[in-house]
Amino acid sequence: MSIDPNLLIKFSPMHRLQWEEAQQKYVILYPEGLVELNESSAEILQLCDGSRNLNQIVAELEEIFSASDLKDDINNFLEVALKNGWIEQL
Amino acid sequence: MAGSNNFNITPPRWLLAELTYKCPLQCPYCSNPLDYTKHSTEISTEDWKRVLSEARKMGAVQLGFSGGEPLTRPDLVELVLHAQQLGYYSNLITSGYGLTEEKIAQLKHAGLDHIQISIQASTQELNDYLAGTKSYETKKQVAHLVKNLGYPMVLCVVIHRENIHQMPQILEMAEELGADYLELANTQYYGWAHANRDLLLPTKEQFDEAESIAQAYKEKVKDKMKIYYVIPDYYEDRPKACMNGWGTTFLTIAPDGIALPCHSARDLPGLDCPSVNKYSIEEIWKESKAFNFFRGDDWMKEPCRSCDEKEKDFGGCHCQAYMLTGDMYNADPVCSKSPEHHVIQEALDSAKASALSENEKPLIFRNSKNSKLYVKPEKDNLNG
Ligand code: SF4
Ligand code: SF4
Repeated sequence: MSIDPNLLIKFSPMHRLQWEEAQQKYVILYPEGLVELNESSAEILQLCDGSRNLNQIVAELEEIFSASDLKDDINNFLEVALKNGWIEQL
Repeated sequence: MAGSNNFNITPPRWLLAELTYKCPLQCPYCSNPLDYTKHSTEISTEDWKRVLSEARKMGAVQLGFSGGEPLTRPDLVELVLHAQQLGYYSNLITSGYGLTEEKIAQLKHAGLDHIQISIQASTQELNDYLAGTKSYETKKQVAHLVKNLGYPMVLCVVIHRENIHQMPQILEMAEELGADYLELANTQYYGWAHANRDLLLPTKEQFDEAESIAQAYKEKVKDKMKIYYVIPDYYEDRPKACMNGWGTTFLTIAPDGIALPCHSARDLPGLDCPSVNKYSIEEIWKESKAFNFFRGDDWMKEPCRSCDEKEKDFGGCHCQAYMLTGDMYNADPVCSKSPEHHVIQEALDSAKASALSENEKPLIFRNSKNSKLYVKPEKDNLNG
């Protein structure tokens, strides 16, 4: 599965993205499952709200982190996320 | 307390709330303790709310309401609401029996995130026999209701010698019901399943055939239905990792308020599993003897102590070691490095002999009448 650059990316309604105070990190919650996220993965997923496509997410994160070479990493992570059903494309 | 503190205590992330041992069904593979009738007092709604609040504060976020049958607790909706307000992801683990449309709507409204329904078999006859109660049609209706309300539908089927031949039909049934997840849980031999092991353990041939059917189906439906296949550890040569590490992740609270590092821990000698009536969840998690007992690896004997795989499985399951070898400090005998590994082959042989025998003894169903037969007389308890 790969990310279609033309389609918008949205976090899956079957999953929940949530900040955990006790652990100081974001987690993904789903039926009897829990994934603990590192900071960069959480930043990417928070932008998956159905209003942006791949390039728009990349542009926004490159601005936040003042970087210019994030596209590959972001694309790779989103492919994993898509395969795991954490995000969907509309 | 027990052991030295050469490890970090991580926060609990999963809370399993066993609300009650009451259950309208009588599955002969139930993992509840055989003598559950001895522990029939139940903590109050207010106690549960405090437990949920305290565990949440420490980091628990996945919450399972189970039992017995959690639907028999009249305060279930109230507890679900409390869990929702605290930010838990709440799972209801139910037989589906007694779940009406009205009740599902109430639970949904209170913020329940997910319902897992278990079905015993793919035919009414076998389902109702194994459940000890007519329940097949109700369960199927409930599965539809759950799906219609927009819940991810998780179906669980426990696999053993009585239903393993139905594997193809079980897979089709799950697909027809529109399951998003199907858990094919090969029986784990604790509690009632252990007592019925000769009748439930499949042969290696049966197991291999069922597994290849399930794996092929998994490929076929991979975009539609996720299949989780729980391996029966009797056919492995390494044990399963005990609870992701003892006292690292999971916290179980039994109906009577006893806190358990794993659901069978009550049977282990000398753990003194603490009660939520006496201690806070923080004290229980960090300081109690039971939760510190198998933390780290100071407790290990050979072959585990010098084994390079000990970080992977933590020596396996202590309850299984205790049940099958009489010593909870032993390596889980499922491990081929265990000097007691032969007990596994003996169990397989004994089950096979039972399957071939003319007059196989009957299954022992999980109900109060049978449970009372397993309650030890008081004098044993005084010595124990
Ligand atoms: S396994 Fe069966 S008998 Fe045991 S609690 Fe679940 S539904 Fe009840
Ligand atoms: S010897 Fe112990 S630690 Fe090593 S693999 Fe076997 S059970 Fe695990």
